[in-house]
Amino acid sequence: MKHPLLHAVLEARTRKRPLVLVTELGSGRQWLQIEGEPASGLDPGVSEAARDALRRDRSETVELAGAGYFLHVMSPPLRLFVVGAVHIAQALVPMASLLGYAVTVIDPRRAFVTGERFPGVTVVTDWPDEALDAAGLDARSAVVTLTHDPKLDDPALRVALDSPAFYIGSLGSRRTHARRIERLAGAGFAPETLARVHAPVGIDIGAVTAAEIAASIVAELTAGFRKR
Amino acid sequence: MAEPQQLRPDGSDPDPLAVAERWCEEGRGVAVATVISTWGSSPRPVGSQLVLDEDGRFAGSVSGGCIEGAVIAEGIEAIRDGRPRVLDFGVSNERAWEVGLTCGGKVRVYVEPVED
Repeated sequence: MKHPLLHAVLEARTRKRPLVLVTELGSGRQWLQIEGEPASGLDPGVSEAARDALRRDRSETVELAGAGYFLHVMSPPLRLFVVGAVHIAQALVPMASLLGYAVTVIDPRRAFVTGERFPGVTVVTDWPDEALDAAGLDARSAVVTLTHDPKLDDPALRVALDSPAFYIGSLGSRRTHARRIERLAGAGFAPETLARVHAPVGIDIGAVTAAEIAASIVAELTAGFRKR
Repeated sequence: MAEPQQLRPDGSDPDPLAVAERWCEEGRGVAVATVISTWGSSPRPVGSQLVLDEDGRFAGSVSGGCIEGAVIAEGIEAIRDGRPRVLDFGVSNERAWEVGLTCGGKVRVYVEPVED
């Protein structure tokens, strides 16, 4: 590996850009395929395989045109934004962290957001729409709203629905969700856009406790990413 | 074998490539080892990295500890001769528990020197 290439990898990581380091195993030649950027000098077929590996988030060795290549996917962690520093969040945050998510908890009600309740994660007390705008949601981001309060959940959902986030979930009963959909439709969101909101949130495992609900949410989150 | 780099304050591994760059800038000879294939279950997934310098200092890991010594020895050779290499490690089930490849799995590791 050339030192300038090593530097470029680290620099792209600092910018949180997903990338693939392509190595031709026979010759040791290497190329950098950064998401959304062309990889200069890389065979188009290999570049295509690298972008596919990036999309699947999976490093692998491949044989292409008689040569062996290692496609090393180096993606920043998936991000999960949890709106509402509520009881379920206290179970959801450590579970998502265990799955490798970089978790941010957002709640402008300062009394809810204490370091003791959420050790080791980023907590933000801005309004959800401001916090999510500032975060710059991308296709490796997920948003889960847990407050039941339209004043907090709706602004978050509006920003999430305008973004390429791979998963959007919102806690609340079917009735609560029906009213939520009505409000968001009134704000101009099309039905197919609103269909992106998973509600009631989480896969149906008959969850009762906060931890069980959190488990159903991380399961749906995982499916949302892996089956996209 | 030298001691591994300390963990970061949050308990996670140091980013091996960042360590490699720092060592390069200090003028040390450096090699990078990367798990490129695994068969069966193996302790470290594809993409796991270990970096080392010419004195055998290292950071990161490519296994539960059983193949690190061999990888570091090959890495020092790679720093000397400037050539990358592919290393295959396989472990029988009986030996697996002793050496840390608890699955009797196999791993393939790519070792490359960092050049200016």
